[in-house]
Amino acid sequence: MRLNIKYFGLIAELTSCSEEQLEFEGTKVEEVIELLNTKYPDLKSKDFQVAQNREIVSLKSPVTGGDIALLPPFSGG
Amino acid sequence: MKDKKIKNVFKEGAISSEFIGESIAKHQSKISIGAHNIFLGQVRADEIDGKAVSAIEYTAYEDMANEKFHEIREATFEKFNLTCMHIYHSLGTVKVGEICLFVFVSSPRRKEVFKALEYVVEEIKVKAPVFGKEIFEDQSHQWKVNS
Repeated sequence: MRLNIKYFGLIAELTSCSEEQLEFEGTKVEEVIELLNTKYPDLKSKDFQVAQNREIVSLKSPVTGGDIALLPPFSGG
Repeated sequence: MKDKKIKNVFKEGAISSEFIGESIAKHQSKISIGAHNIFLGQVRADEIDGKAVSAIEYTAYEDMANEKFHEIREATFEKFNLTCMHIYHSLGTVKVGEICLFVFVSSPRRKEVFKALEYVVEEIKVKAPVFGKEIFEDQSHQWKVNS
């Protein structure tokens, strides 16, 4: 399936883009992250949460398609 | 998600004192209200390794953040007896001393607004995907983390 990967804050700085498409064959969120770790080795050392279609998910969650966002620690307010 | 329309809480740049004043004035016609409480988040001149912060540049996952703000709003109305509530958050550059977050709760009674305001602000800090980049006077930067 085709996923839309979104990056924010310091993660977007690291990937040098805010959004990209990814062809994905696996089943779980952690497999998406593994692919991204290969593409961006510096990601491994960063702290982030993952949101799928605007809801926070765990690494073990199934990938259902749509938007996957990598969210560094929040600092609003 | 409930059927109420999701509002956009974001405003480009700092939140002006005129805007805050007008928001207060608009409530004079809501005469069941007996108490307002307001939180204003202001950009602080933190000093890190001898360098002073001159501004924060805010970005957000806007769609998700607006959904989270909506959920926080719904949960707050369920927990507390409020007449109304407004939340505004800045995007883009907000200089030191300027306002980046404006939360406004109103109720017939004062005790509700004290509790509700703290709840809303703490929920925003934890749940809203908003990211602040602290810009120093020499134009270097670091990413802020909420404490």
